[in-house]
Amino acid sequence: MSFGHKHILGIEQLSADDITLILDTAESFKEISTREIKKVPTLRGKTIINIFFEASTRTRTSFEIAGKRLSADTVNISASTSAVVKGETLEDTAKNLEAMHPDIIVMRHGHSGAPHYLAERCGFSVVNAGDGAHEHPSQALLDLMTIREKKDTIGGLTVAIVGDIAHSRVARSNIYALNKMGATVRLAAPRTLLPSAVERLGAEVYTDMNAALEGADVVMMLRIQQERQGKTLLPSAREYSRFYGLNPDNLKRAKADAIVMHPGPMNRGVEIASAVADGAQNVILDQVENGVAVRMALLYLISGGEQLAEQSA
Amino acid sequence: MKLLIKGGRLLDPSSGIDDQLDLLIEDGAVAAVGSDLDAGDAEILDATNRLVVPGLIDVHVHLREPGYEYKEDIQSGVRAAVAGGFTAVACMPNTDPVNDNKTVTRYICQRAAEAGLANVFPVGAITKGLKGESLSEMGELREAGCVAVTDDGRPVGDGEIMRRAMEYASSFDLPVISHAEDLSVVAGGVMNDGFVATELGLKGIPWVAEDAMVARDVMLAEFTGARLHVAHVSTRGAVEIIRAAQKRGVAVTAEVTPHHFTLNEEAVRGYATNAKMNPPLRSADDVAAVREGLADGTIGVIATDHAPHHRDEKNVEFDIALNGVVGLETALPLTLRLVDEGVLSLPKAIARLTCGPASALGLSRGTLAVGRVADVTIIDPDCSWTLRAEELLSKSKNTAFDGWSFKGAATCTLVSGKIVYRRVGA
Repeated sequence: MSFGHKHILGIEQLSADDITLILDTAESFKEISTREIKKVPTLRGKTIINIFFEASTRTRTSFEIAGKRLSADTVNISASTSAVVKGETLEDTAKNLEAMHPDIIVMRHGHSGAPHYLAERCGFSVVNAGDGAHEHPSQALLDLMTIREKKDTIGGLTVAIVGDIAHSRVARSNIYALNKMGATVRLAAPRTLLPSAVERLGAEVYTDMNAALEGADVVMMLRIQQERQGKTLLPSAREYSRFYGLNPDNLKRAKADAIVMHPGPMNRGVEIASAVADGAQNVILDQVENGVAVRMALLYLISGGEQLAEQSA
Repeated sequence: MKLLIKGGRLLDPSSGIDDQLDLLIEDGAVAAVGSDLDAGDAEILDATNRLVVPGLIDVHVHLREPGYEYKEDIQSGVRAAVAGGFTAVACMPNTDPVNDNKTVTRYICQRAAEAGLANVFPVGAITKGLKGESLSEMGELREAGCVAVTDDGRPVGDGEIMRRAMEYASSFDLPVISHAEDLSVVAGGVMNDGFVATELGLKGIPWVAEDAMVARDVMLAEFTGARLHVAHVSTRGAVEIIRAAQKRGVAVTAEVTPHHFTLNEEAVRGYATNAKMNPPLRSADDVAAVREGLADGTIGVIATDHAPHHRDEKNVEFDIALNGVVGLETALPLTLRLVDEGVLSLPKAIARLTCGPASALGLSRGTLAVGRVADVTIIDPDCSWTLRAEELLSKSKNTAFDGWSFKGAATCTLVSGKIVYRRVGA
């Protein structure tokens, strides 16, 4: 089957078949990263610009490595060095990027909808590396890849997502992705961190974390931002940790073979106890490893991967 | 100079007239209303198949002058007004400098006089600099020509200031217009709080931010006995609070904008910045509620909140786009849609654009009674047309209705008996 998308703006626009194709492609790419010569010529001559308007280490590095392992020329622009600090508008940034004829722009932006703005106005492909509280599709895909790897399947599983759902693009993308693949999604957080009508995205909503963990196959913890602690949304990190932190005790409520995930960076001792983060059930570094493979798959597929393969054959 | 408007359906909700009648204008005033009036030496304006109504009044516009002339100025604003059938507009004080003193009021009046065309009624600030701290000089604002006071664009957060503002304004017979929004509840939201905001990952503004402030201001009006006009009502709760207050005899009037009675939060999808307003486009249920409010008279006024913004202020990320849309050139056809949809009778629809706004702000307009100023709008209720944003007369093109097909338009607008606008081809 072929992949009909020019952009990866969100999971919302992808079908279950699209997701399966991405995961299958990623699996086939995963081996490249373990070779001595970690490079294939697939995207030779393609230019990828990673433009990050928000700080990111993991995602930016992962996209950069993914591009390089496919032999694309990758360039990184971060907000601190870009013209944004000089007050340039997104429109002008887009026009300037376009004038340099990139093939793919990978963008992280603090405002929801910013990658859509770019995709509507520019000729290049846009990959959303996280926009505001909206979507973070490559994260959800690497999460799915990890779940499939560990559980063989996604359909029929129960996945508990715990933490700041309201401000989380990771949560939204995962809710869409898990629903499309037939999993049951549970969300757990105090109501201050649950957005309005979130159940309509396709999730069971809990304010009691223990209930959400009961019998879960996968426990996905979300990072709790420092700036949300001790203000109007949360009284303290201490109390949050008591009621919504994952520890060896409450993890027992999940299935014995449940896996523990975290998109990083972790606040050890807040949303996740070190004993769990480093424990036998954690797959957190598998997520990171799969992140490179998933991003290679995305870059490959939106470049018209199948046609490229035929040309080189 | 005499002018006879002949052959039209004369509809004047202020006097209950709705009949095939001629209208004779003499020296800028209504001289006679009757059937088959003798033209004599009067010039004749044929109004066959047209509605002849009192000049439309918009009590909520931003003309942006002084200070933001790159968005709109008084001249371009009144040109857009008369093209939309409006003969009078009340302009908000959030200019630069703020209209919080008689000098700015006089400047606005002078620029409006130079522009001619529509009547411009300035609305002064409640507090100096719209800062919400100390009362502006409302007595002098009134003397200079202000017809009401408001801090529109910002709520008056402090209850004591709002109480004293109502007491002081009513001493000078000035209504107080409330931009009702509890900013501490808004807390940085950019669209209506609800499922669409959750899906789009945008921060929501809950209805309670509006309802809570409407409730406070209605109760302050009840307490002080001042005249209160609630701007741009957008929620079911606000409509219900106002309805209940009116039943108790509180002197409160309310307006709704065409975008709030036409569009709901779904319009934001795709991060459409021309669907970003304050208050935000609400739920379908809220739209139904403001329509009920219009129908039963709780909301007696349709006002545009005409808010011109430069392209560069809208062609940005949704979070940072400015609030508001232009509205002067689309209000009439959007109101006529409500008639088509059976929400309002035609006389009620016209009342919400004429005598309703006139009585809310105490303007001696909005009527075709003999002896009154001859501000008249002639409407072709049947003409079909399609809106092209770039063809708007306003300097700014930030409409939420680009490409919409409409039925009905003003074909001729008269201010003080003088034709100030004629629709091309009409």
